[in-house]
Amino acid sequence: MTTAAIIRDAATAPRAVTRATGESPAVRWTLIGIALVFLALVLLLPLAIVFTQAFAKGLPAYWEAIKEPDALSAAKLTLLIASIAVPLNLVFGVAAAWCISKFEFRGKNLLITLIDLPFAVSPVISGMIFVLLFGAHGWFGDLLFEHDIQIIFAVPGMVLATTFVTAPFIARELIPLMQEQGSEEEEAAIVLGASGWQTFFRVTLPNIKWGLLYGLILCNARAMGEFGAVSVVSGHIRGETNTLPLHVEILYNEYSFAASFAVASVLTLLAFVTLALKTLVEWQQRRAAEEAADPDATLERNAA
Amino acid sequence: MRHKSQGVLPGFGLSLGITCTYLSLMVLVPLATVFARSAELTGDAFWNTVTDPRVVASYRVTLGASFVAASVNTVFGLLVAWVLVRYRFPGRRIVDAMVDLPFALPTAVAGIALTTLYVPNGWIGRYLEPLGIKVSYTWLGITIALIFIGLPFVVRTVQPVLDDLEVEVEEAAASLGAKRWQTFTRVVFPTVGPALLTGFALAFARAIGEYGSVVFISGNMPMKTEIVPLLIITKLEQYDYAGATAVALVMLLLSFALLLTINLLQWAARRRMAV
Repeated sequence: MTTAAIIRDAATAPRAVTRATGESPAVRWTLIGIALVFLALVLLLPLAIVFTQAFAKGLPAYWEAIKEPDALSAAKLTLLIASIAVPLNLVFGVAAAWCISKFEFRGKNLLITLIDLPFAVSPVISGMIFVLLFGAHGWFGDLLFEHDIQIIFAVPGMVLATTFVTAPFIARELIPLMQEQGSEEEEAAIVLGASGWQTFFRVTLPNIKWGLLYGLILCNARAMGEFGAVSVVSGHIRGETNTLPLHVEILYNEYSFAASFAVASVLTLLAFVTLALKTLVEWQQRRAAEEAADPDATLERNAA
Repeated sequence: MRHKSQGVLPGFGLSLGITCTYLSLMVLVPLATVFARSAELTGDAFWNTVTDPRVVASYRVTLGASFVAASVNTVFGLLVAWVLVRYRFPGRRIVDAMVDLPFALPTAVAGIALTTLYVPNGWIGRYLEPLGIKVSYTWLGITIALIFIGLPFVVRTVQPVLDDLEVEVEEAAASLGAKRWQTFTRVVFPTVGPALLTGFALAFARAIGEYGSVVFISGNMPMKTEIVPLLIITKLEQYDYAGATAVALVMLLLSFALLLTINLLQWAARRRMAV
């Protein structure tokens, strides 16, 4: 056998194995085709109809539906609720991830399960529990009435329900990430004389920034888009206790379809931004992981 | 080694304190009200509420539609995950990112979009109408909304397992004379089985509680297309707090049982991977 033939055989050998473990092109393209048709039906068509319905009455009507005072106040309330719920859950998520990933203690697995609880609860029940606590017939109902404080059918209740629903998002992202990273780097920093906060901000935070950002994005998307829980505790008063998702519902039920879809299209754009950021973060995470696995390449890239 | 770290790193008391206080005030105490409030009902009253024919009909609608939707998601979720992991085609990355859309899109938006697609004169509804298939305001519509909501759960649970699957094992099976189909059913499928089951359970758990995407398409007819979450809201609106709480308790217990099952499944899968 000539050298060339040996080389050719060596080059074709892996491909023969791949053929044994892969499908024929016909099967492959059929499977891809079925998957894409399914995804187009389930995911793409709903997106397409949001935008075609939103612009069904033309651009001026679209613009009118968005800048109408009730829509603007719904947008403001949505931002307000998210700006309270997300930072609260950020503090909680970081604290939970720190104690779970850096220390050993009894009941840790139970704690992790309890953090996940809100994910298992129906949004409707998530709203209902706050009605049971703070509603007119709730446990604290009389007390609140005496002091003229309204929580249910008002903004505080909507903030509480949203915070409950979105509580696990950041903790869920950080716990596995920080468990995997271990605590050697932090221990080194402490031994070298850094304070606890210095260690957190200079060592831990740079290591978890992408995961943290990912959790924040998901938490924010849910906080702004939550419907069921907020619907139960909202008074459904236009201009006062209406968030964007609730505004979509009101317009739809009034048969103002174009306006309803116009507001919905804004929320859809928010979903696009969320997906884009998420993809970016995943890409960064993968790059960081590759660099950790191959430090030489990083050095070379930095030198260049 | 782990115990030594407890001595070196600071912030254990602070972080555990914040975690437990926040979790108790924000999650556990509010959830406990459901149990406390249900205890106010006598056993008979509780039983009569949760076995009322309208309530039982809503369990059937919710559980049936959730089961069918999660099953459809399991089949197509595996297919989508397989195609995304194993094949290269133009636009694969965009398709991969799109799979998370149901996580990111507010449920109310999904609800009105799906309803508009499937009403008799809608983009899809108009082709189903002549065939005598009614989707919007029927049980089928609920199922379609739940398929939309549950899809990413199966894909995202199965995808990493397929990613980790060693091609060498499949090569070994092939070189020992296994047909491609045999390799799949005997080697690939048993490996992704636990993940597939977890994905099914996650999609099912999400589906039984889902409200926003379903209420628009379901038509909400008592005994026929009324889902449990909607029934709870109806009872709350009628100030029937005791009734709402009793039904909610049944749902919560079911959800917690599912959560436990999912955790056990994942624990079993991790052990398998470790071995």
